[in-house]
Amino acid sequence: MSASGQSTTPDAAQSGLHAPPPPIPQVSGELITTRRVGAYHHLTFVAPGVAELARPGQFVALAVGGDTSANLLRRCFSIHKVSPSGTYGGTVDVVVAARGPGTRWLTDLSPHDEVNLIGPLGRGFPLPTEPVPCVLVGGGYGSAPLFWLAAELRERGCHVEMVLGAATMDRLFGVVEARRAADGVTVTTDDGSMGVRGWVSTVLPDVISRSGAEVVYGCGPMAMLRSVTEIATAQGAVAQVAVEESMACGIGVCMTCVMPVTDKDGVTRMARSCVEGPVFRGDRIRWDAFEDGRCRVPEDAYGAASMGGH
Amino acid sequence: MSGMAEVTATGVRGRPDVNGATDLASEGAIKDASDSASDLSIDMSVDLAGMALPNPVMTASGCAANGRELHRFFDIAQLGAFVTKTVMANPRSGRGTPRMAETPSGMLNSIGLQGPGIVEFARNDLVWLKSVGARVLVSIAGNTAVEFADVATALRESPAFDAVVGVEVNISCPNVANRGLVFACDPLASAKVIALVRERLPRNIPIFAKLSPDVTDIVEIARACVKAGADGLTMINTLLGMVIDTELLRPQVAGVTGGLSGPGIRPVAVRAIWQVSAAMTEGRFRTVPIIGVGGVRTGDDALQLVAAGASGIQVGTATFNDPSAPMRVSGELAAALQDKGFARFVDAVGIAHTRLGQR
Repeated sequence: MSASGQSTTPDAAQSGLHAPPPPIPQVSGELITTRRVGAYHHLTFVAPGVAELARPGQFVALAVGGDTSANLLRRCFSIHKVSPSGTYGGTVDVVVAARGPGTRWLTDLSPHDEVNLIGPLGRGFPLPTEPVPCVLVGGGYGSAPLFWLAAELRERGCHVEMVLGAATMDRLFGVVEARRAADGVTVTTDDGSMGVRGWVSTVLPDVISRSGAEVVYGCGPMAMLRSVTEIATAQGAVAQVAVEESMACGIGVCMTCVMPVTDKDGVTRMARSCVEGPVFRGDRIRWDAFEDGRCRVPEDAYGAASMGGH
Repeated sequence: MSGMAEVTATGVRGRPDVNGATDLASEGAIKDASDSASDLSIDMSVDLAGMALPNPVMTASGCAANGRELHRFFDIAQLGAFVTKTVMANPRSGRGTPRMAETPSGMLNSIGLQGPGIVEFARNDLVWLKSVGARVLVSIAGNTAVEFADVATALRESPAFDAVVGVEVNISCPNVANRGLVFACDPLASAKVIALVRERLPRNIPIFAKLSPDVTDIVEIARACVKAGADGLTMINTLLGMVIDTELLRPQVAGVTGGLSGPGIRPVAVRAIWQVSAAMTEGRFRTVPIIGVGGVRTGDDALQLVAAGASGIQVGTATFNDPSAPMRVSGELAAALQDKGFARFVDAVGIAHTRLGQR
């Protein structure tokens, strides 16, 4: 497999008594810019220590509502980009869709407001060791981490194609940036308001075969990641997808963000998407377990047999 | 730092009989305290039924996994004790998702006790906890009273057992042998579990029964557990709750109901600790230490539970908001007590019971 790459965030949490993993920064991040981008908000925080460590595909967990907030759970966002040494010191950018009280609080912030920020968290996208062609697929603002990934891939000599899809034009994120970041860009919208009318899956088979892609990276809604995985696998490419699952803590202690993932020994476990993901090989995710906004535990999953009574 | 050091989530802050200096003037001191509690001269040590701890603050079971994750935020050996995720006999996948819903000042969870099982726990997690020098309070459970006892036996026989300072018996799970009725809702079933676990563990390892608040009379359950040999009590477990997703008009968590936790349930914890503490003082049963847990986010929150009768404190859901919360709460509690003139933590335990006349 060409995308086996280096491990981007060694997480010795799973590897017993090896060298201890490094501390994770927790900082009070000052918001320096906030701007609307279509249906989304693009926020830049000063986050010393976070930017320097971050890799594409990793995320940050933001506390919302201030110190006495009744919304205790952190909101997790894929890192859009980092600037380790800008005017303000290290900065971290995220893209937020205001959907609930926590995200609305974030998008209502003004410059100089502070947000408690933890990161970088999770395992990022593995990079190919050879300069193979790659396709990067983003659904809605799921495209946020892909531009940074594209830059790293091109630095390694990879040909990079991007496919951006959304329901409508205002829900696309980063079309202009994509044209700078990638060698080729294909846009789809459900309503045809921009690019090809249809889904990313409408155009993806052709983009893969045209570019000879060996790795397909995806970030977006679970249903899209499933079809990206199916299409990539059918064409002999490896899918690496950053999953979307609601998290309470983002750091691996709450056990809420799990999904069934098969390991290299063929055993399916309920893996935490925050520390074992958010990037998984697409063909390792048990897509058959997802249905109607829920995910059940496959009967053959490790430990499923002892779940009677609870 | 987290910037959370000055949080006071309760309304107690403005109460006239509380020394105003604790609020804003001492903010700096509280922050310093969370960075280096050693600056404080107050003696925070406590002996919980033979479990000698340098300070009373612990993680809460199920809110800290088994230590490795939080160890990237602070040294877990600095905690009074590290409380593990409840371990049962066999590996468990846990339930499907969604597993949680956010609630006002808290959350509802339905994880299903996902875990490695006692064999893997003993071989891997406990060995690691010992390697970093943590004092470990192991939370155990079973589908039957016998399974509880078997887990205790396997724990006792594990190679890193010397890292274990106590065992917390999570009796808030369904008893398969009695139509799934939760052990902690039945004094007889609770007593049976406690008696079986007690006889499987060495005398120098105290066992704490973790009680559910979802009972008519928590004093009755506490009494049954203490009479059966519990060396202490942990109060409270989550409250059974439910959230409906109003977009889909169906239960939000896959398990339908779930455990409610967080600052929203703190008054229930304070009440339960108060009632059981009062019953012990009245001599209704033997006095044993109470570990208070439920909605602690700040040192001031912890102080409420302490004043109601808790001599240990666990920080649970707040850890999801602030991974360093257990250490921060420890520092804030020490600073708050010192500020109020206490020389020793233990002198504040249950103090509110002596001040009823001052209402």
